[in-house]
Amino acid sequence: MEKRTQFPVGWLPYALVAPQLAITIVFFIWPAGQALWQSLLVQDAFGIHTEFVWFENFQVLFADPTYLESFRVTAVFATLVTSLGLGSALVLAAACDHVIRGARTYQTLIIWPYAVAPAIAAVLWTFMFNPTVGILAYGLEQIGYHWNHQLNGGQAMALIVISGLFKLIPYDFLFFLAGLQSIPKSLIEAAAIDGAGPVKRFLTISFPLLSPTSFFLLVVNLVYAFFDTFGIIDAATQGGPFRSTTVLVYKVFQDGFKGLDLGGSAAQSVVLMAIVISLTVVQFRYIERKVQY
Amino acid sequence: MKIKKLSLALALACAFGVGSAQAATEIQWWHAMTGALADQVNSIADKFNASQSAYKVVPVYKGSYADTMTAAIAAYRSGKAPDIVQIFEVGTATMMAGGKAIKPVYEVMAQAHEKFDPKAYMPAVTSYYSDTQGRMLSMPFNSSTPVLFYNKDMFKKAGLDPNKPPKTWDEVGADAAKLKEAGIACPYTTSWESWVQLENMSAWHNQEFATKQNGFGGLDAKLSFNNEVIVRHIAKLSSWVKSGLFIYAGRGNQGDAKFYGGDCAMSTASSALYGHITRSSKFEFGVSELPYYPEVKGAPQNTIIGGASLWVMGGKKPIEYKGVAKFFTFLSSPEIQAEWHQKTGYVPITKAAYELTRKQGFYETHPGTDVAIQQLLLRNPTKDSKGIRLGYLPQIRNIIDEELEAVWAQKKGPKQALDDAVARGDVELRKFERANKAGAR
Repeated sequence: MEKRTQFPVGWLPYALVAPQLAITIVFFIWPAGQALWQSLLVQDAFGIHTEFVWFENFQVLFADPTYLESFRVTAVFATLVTSLGLGSALVLAAACDHVIRGARTYQTLIIWPYAVAPAIAAVLWTFMFNPTVGILAYGLEQIGYHWNHQLNGGQAMALIVISGLFKLIPYDFLFFLAGLQSIPKSLIEAAAIDGAGPVKRFLTISFPLLSPTSFFLLVVNLVYAFFDTFGIIDAATQGGPFRSTTVLVYKVFQDGFKGLDLGGSAAQSVVLMAIVISLTVVQFRYIERKVQY
Repeated sequence: MKIKKLSLALALACAFGVGSAQAATEIQWWHAMTGALADQVNSIADKFNASQSAYKVVPVYKGSYADTMTAAIAAYRSGKAPDIVQIFEVGTATMMAGGKAIKPVYEVMAQAHEKFDPKAYMPAVTSYYSDTQGRMLSMPFNSSTPVLFYNKDMFKKAGLDPNKPPKTWDEVGADAAKLKEAGIACPYTTSWESWVQLENMSAWHNQEFATKQNGFGGLDAKLSFNNEVIVRHIAKLSSWVKSGLFIYAGRGNQGDAKFYGGDCAMSTASSALYGHITRSSKFEFGVSELPYYPEVKGAPQNTIIGGASLWVMGGKKPIEYKGVAKFFTFLSSPEIQAEWHQKTGYVPITKAAYELTRKQGFYETHPGTDVAIQQLLLRNPTKDSKGIRLGYLPQIRNIIDEELEAVWAQKKGPKQALDDAVARGDVELRKFERANKAGAR
């Protein structure tokens, strides 16, 4: 039986968390509440005519086959971005942890892309893959592969995944490297003395000890793929060709910001919010159990 | 000497500065123009401010068209709307449905007792922004229309007469085939496919784009561009994609770079691209009318415009509206319009400005710049050729882009794709109708 000491509760703890609470309410709860409220309304752009319609916006949304299709596109995109991002960042970090000479240079170079704004990254990659003037498209053409992401949906998806990864990998890399460097050297050396090779040491010691970092990054990467990628898509493909890169968040941006369909896009963001909340709950309930802190 | 000049300048500045600060009514003008266009906007405002002292127009750059529109709507909702805001043509229906949020231009002019003759304006330009009774709702500002640009050097290379551009789509096809034979990888491309290939091709052939006079007659309009002429046109373009005569360059204006970069021999693009091509291309080019199908009765009719217009926001003081009216009169004057037209490549909004530009000899020194105007003036606009007035037009254009991409990728037949675009677009129209019923005028 654990013995707990109870302290008398005064006003101080509330005062101390008040700023944090205020920020949460003003910047998270309030806008989310606004979106929830807006999703139940049908309203013109100027807000002159407003009608409360219960769940009509959601009914319209789920009656639209193209909306259901963008779930599939989002799932593909999020899975690719998260798995490739985590995977390649881990490999790079493990390799960089191994390097002795010029480690700083490698690290700096890998972190660099993080300083590039997402939309700029997308423009850069779109330019390099431009079917007529792009250097990469030209290179692919030379080895006999025809690249045209303006008409080929799979290639367009590849383009936005690459643009998204460009910024994500340095971020993941930074955390993995920090995680690797905080693993006590004595453990690694002990394993080495017992005859474990670098791969074995990584798989049995480093990787399990990295699990808190990996878990954190998994959550962050998924949120990034779901929410932060509309700038990339707007700059690279505008959701095309033929909706093959229209992910959920891009449709929210398009309908709400460009098309001024407020109720419809609010309903979409509520759906998106629900997805991310449930994904996070699942992660914390089931995956976190396997994480060792 | 220097000091004397300086003090004189200072004294002048003080006199003017203080004078205008005391008396002038400020008129906020939000716009979305950048670069050389922004310079022109500022110069127009400066000239107006210098011409009188009662009002001061203050142009404010608010980002892209979509940014500017969202900013103006948000500002209206919080009671801080500008007096004048520049709105792109696809936002017209949303603005119109704004009810008391906006003040129609004809009302502004009438209440200010400002001399205003709608007949002085170019009908194909103002009709886009007028109601069914022909009353002007917003002031046209930057308007362009699609024309055919062609690379004369490539025409020569393919053994074609560089002074004989294709007039019909069959000629475009024949010339494209010759260009391809001559080793040109991209004979023809286009920008703004919905605007050029559907909206303008419908008007140019006097075909209905949507019921209810293309939406001018009410919010319950339905799309109807899946007619025979358009289906046949898209089928033709699709066959050209297959045979490599038409290269799809992507959405929006992505086709532009392929033309002025020297990749494509022909392109249907906005007439406002003229200046850009002149500045950035190293080849000789020509401008010709948008091609048409001679077998369609009544073609060519007239093309429709794209670009943006100036809307006056509601809930302002009468004195501000008076200033707005004075400014619009100034903006419509032949000198201002002629300069705007010549410097930017947009068409002038009045016939007088067109005449003035011609008298100044501008069209001789800049051949092809009058093609757009002639296309707009060709005939008096009919109910199918005065413009498109549809809600959620950005979403509808998006749907059209998607469906056309399926055609270019040979995943869908032209008829099927256009039918699907109509069905999906109608859903958007019904959503808009539902949200805007009360505010409609």
